Amino acid sequence: MAFLKHCRGVDCAAMKLHLDKPWLPLTAEEVARLPGQMGVFQLADEGGSIVYIGFAGGKSLFGLRSELEKRLGAAAQFRFEVNNQYQTRWRELLMLHQAAHGALPALNQDERTPALGRLG
Amino acid sequence: MDLELSEEQKLITDTVRRFVRNEIVPLEADLDPDGSELNPEDHARLVAQVRQMGFYGLDIPPEYGGPEVDLVTRTLMAIEMAQHRAGLYAPCYGVFGGAGLAQLFEANEDQKQRYLYPTLRGEKHGFFGLTEPSGGSDPARAIQTTAVKDGDDWVINGGKIFISGADQSDYGIVFARTDSTQGRGGITCFIVDADSPGFHVRRVVHTLRSTHYATELQFEDLRVPAANILGEVNKGFGIANDRLSRQRIPYAAGCIGVAVKAQEMAIAYANQRETFGDRLATRQGIQWMIVDNEIDIRTSTWLTLAAAHKANRNEPYRTEAAMAKLVASEAGGRVVDRAMQIHGGYGMTKDLPLERWYREIRIRRVGEGPSEVQRLIMARDLLGGSFH
Repeated sequence: MAFLKHCRGVDCAAMKLHLDKPWLPLTAEEVARLPGQMGVFQLADEGGSIVYIGFAGGKSLFGLRSELEKRLGAAAQFRFEVNNQYQTRWRELLMLHQAAHGALPALNQDERTPALGRLG
Repeated sequence: MDLELSEEQKLITDTVRRFVRNEIVPLEADLDPDGSELNPEDHARLVAQVRQMGFYGLDIPPEYGGPEVDLVTRTLMAIEMAQHRAGLYAPCYGVFGGAGLAQLFEANEDQKQRYLYPTLRGEKHGFFGLTEPSGGSDPARAIQTTAVKDGDDWVINGGKIFISGADQSDYGIVFARTDSTQGRGGITCFIVDADSPGFHVRRVVHTLRSTHYATELQFEDLRVPAANILGEVNKGFGIANDRLSRQRIPYAAGCIGVAVKAQEMAIAYANQRETFGDRLATRQGIQWMIVDNEIDIRTSTWLTLAAAHKANRNEPYRTEAAMAKLVASEAGGRVVDRAMQIHGGYGMTKDLPLERWYREIRIRRVGEGPSEVQRLIMARDLLGGSFH
């Protein structure tokens, strides 16, 4: 029960699960340095508001690098996490965002997303 | 025991096999290799096909509108339905429909009206909440979630872990301790509405199975009306236990399906791939792996169908189901592992489904009761009594 005791009455569970790495500029030079691995990423505007949450899966030619290259110009900043469980991590990040903001990030609303559950 | 399939069983098995190979497998070429959902248009189209075939709602009893399929035939179908990339945990992507929670067929009429019938109509979804952070293999002792009577309600406090689908469910079946002085005699089963105050989905639990996550739940002064007790107070353990035995047969069948497909791939590759001037199939090391695969598959199949036969005849089948689950989950893992070895480097890639099966089938040695608990169940039956 360690997890539950720790989080009782506080929203620390959600906070701990957020992707909270520092933002990087979404430029060709920065993206070229990315690994070709699978994982998840977030795009944000200049103020740090998340506008898109995506993943690089087994079909991405060069993993995170390919997926971020496709989105150059779509946002000001990005951050990523190498993660082989990219599908569940992606859904988790979408659910966390929805729980915090009441809606998906703007650019995700134009895409087909899986049925999401609720956290809280 | 006669394991000769009837003409009807052969026809059904062949129909499902063709459906999987012609309709499901081609769609997977365009899906993420870890995907577990079809796009809604394809899903609806295939559901319509399955309805036309007369197989929709396979696990719904005929008196509730499901097709009349005996457990042996259901097992044969499950073996076929698992033979694709997502097949172990999303057989045919759910286009054969589900029955919801089997326990609800034992509910009273009021509960059926509120939960079972809407579930069968696809209007509500439920989850099964048994396992707790304190353990899942021994629920009679591990359940620490409590329910205390307060007026006409019961107040539940505690938590559950490794619960599938709770974040997307409208309600769930939750087991809680209502008598702390009893072990298995102190557990009650409640139907809990997921929008009740005090019901929390605290987090996604990531596992080797990278699409179907589990969740961790927390109950804080969650009030449940007495009308939502499933069965009787302090008799919930039997409800949980009945489900656990029954589930082991299709659980085993899924492992066999994946093993059959992995073996088919291994044989095809061994017959085609050349090393040192000859086909892999000519190498004794490869031949033995293929033979060991076949022994594992046939052993698992016989044991699983034997369990299904006994259950069909309404004879006690707890030992048979435990043996089938243990053997099929362990043998399936070995078959997939050997198939990867035969495929060499390609076997490790996401180009082929083997690596996904390798991860997912590992869970099968723990899910629905680990191998060690299956042995305990069989030992109890063989030695004639409980050990505790």
